[in-house]
Amino acid sequence: MISLSSASARRHFGPGAIEIAAGTAIILTWVVLAVAAPLFSGADPNGIDLIGLLQPPSADHFFGTDHLGRDVFSRVLHAARIDIWMGIAGVIPPLLIGATIGLISGYAGGVIDAVMMRMVDITVAFPFFVLVIAIVGMLGPGLYNYFVALALVGWVSYARLVRAEVLVLKNREFVTAAQALGYGPIVVMVRHILPNTFSSLLVFATTDAVLVLLAGASLGFLGLGVQPPTPEWGAMIADGQPYVVDAWWICFFPGLAATTLGFGFILTSDGLSRVLGR
Amino acid sequence: MSSLSALGQRLLQLIPVLIGISLVSFLLVQLSPGDPVRLLLGDRATAEAVAHLREQYGLNQPLIAQYFSYLSNVLHGDLGHSIRYQMPVGSLILDFVPPTLFLIAYVVAISVPATVVLAIVSARCRDRWPDHLIRALAILGMTIPVFWLALMMSRFFGVELGWFPVSGYGKGFLEHLHHLFLPAISTATWLVPLLLRNLRAALINETESDYVTASRSKGLGEGYIFRRHVLVNSVLPTLNLLGVMIAFLIGSSIVVEIIYAVPGLGTLMVGAVLGRDYNVIQGLTLFYALASVIVTLTIDILSTTIDPRVKL
Repeated sequence: MISLSSASARRHFGPGAIEIAAGTAIILTWVVLAVAAPLFSGADPNGIDLIGLLQPPSADHFFGTDHLGRDVFSRVLHAARIDIWMGIAGVIPPLLIGATIGLISGYAGGVIDAVMMRMVDITVAFPFFVLVIAIVGMLGPGLYNYFVALALVGWVSYARLVRAEVLVLKNREFVTAAQALGYGPIVVMVRHILPNTFSSLLVFATTDAVLVLLAGASLGFLGLGVQPPTPEWGAMIADGQPYVVDAWWICFFPGLAATTLGFGFILTSDGLSRVLGR
Repeated sequence: MSSLSALGQRLLQLIPVLIGISLVSFLLVQLSPGDPVRLLLGDRATAEAVAHLREQYGLNQPLIAQYFSYLSNVLHGDLGHSIRYQMPVGSLILDFVPPTLFLIAYVVAISVPATVVLAIVSARCRDRWPDHLIRALAILGMTIPVFWLALMMSRFFGVELGWFPVSGYGKGFLEHLHHLFLPAISTATWLVPLLLRNLRAALINETESDYVTASRSKGLGEGYIFRRHVLVNSVLPTLNLLGVMIAFLIGSSIVVEIIYAVPGLGTLMVGAVLGRDYNVIQGLTLFYALASVIVTLTIDILSTTIDPRVKL
């Protein structure tokens, strides 16, 4: 039995830890590249050079130059600032709103729960990206309107997740004990139940960051996200699209950047879910 | 008879959701910062003309009255008028439906067999190299931006090699297949990993269950147990996920349609958003929601047909 459990421990803990390490290393590398972008690339990300436009990758311009002669390498690094921030900041409002609703809904039950779950049913009836585009379309393009749209649409998954956990947790002994000691519902919810949902929330939020990042880049590509000339990976791909046949590098590198960052997030999430047993 | 009444119950439960959907799509237009009448008439319109049109569209009435007139219009099949196309939104949407429908069916037709094969290989070779390889590729597939992959594939397979057309929809079934191949493959690259990870987990979960141990103790072969017991029991969770994913797919096909200039709903949606054609955005959002409700309902009914233990 001992050998069996240690084998299973190795299987569950070992690979998970490796994935977390590799995933966070990728994310941290991108954070360093983004923060210290000017150190890695001397070129001004918005510096127009009409003589040296559409140049292929070379020693001077690692990733070539775009249709305005801007250095693609420098733009990819500077864009990472926006894109990493978008991935992380975009997850927080839906998480806070969703967790609060899920917590109250699951703990209170009854009419409150019924009403909130109908709201969830209605919101999930809309395909995620459709509702985001529709809201951004109504409010107007821009990063902040994207965040508003995310807050309005994205809370649903968090609410469902937390509610499901709360329904199990609220019948556990430690909750009954806290109630018997005379703690009010708010203290029980926030101090006793909520901390037990953190690990599931963390795993889900890490995956959600990829969704938020890719949807944000898609909006940027459609011209509805971050507005030019601010470098953003999706918008850069859109810039390069008319030149993709002759100057593939304008589109190629921003997409590669988004892929590697997303890979880091999913790897971390997978590792976390293995280690935490979720 | 009981299954019929269960179906009736399920349909009744849909009513509040449908009301909610109509409310959301109605309120959506209220989010727009500008005055819709000003937008229609332009900046130089006289105050009288604006007032007249407001009266005509009932925009002076309270919000709740406006909602009920919207609801009654929708129930009569009237989704408003497109400013850009100068035609009713309802028939406009129906014009753009076929390519999107074809694309989604195509993606599903590619994704389901690929998912089943890869998940079986991955689960049966658990924690050996084929499994590691498939899982790493799956993570990669989930993180590649679909529109970027679509763009790169259209450049390489479309322009460089000339194997596939890079835009449009073509005429007739075979041309549709040819035109939409690259869009379908780029979308499937994202869909397969999601389904695959789910089916693999379900397969492994079933492999560890008691009835498998019982079958082994009876001396049944591994292949037989896998086909007759494990696989069948893993279908249901994946089918449910497929339903959710199709609804998601309807949305994510938007950007791919733009890249390949497919004249589908996504192209219509983005055009409407960029051109501030509010009635089209509203009508399409409603249409998308109804479509995804129908998909979910169909999957639920299918689930009960496959496994009678599942309640509607």
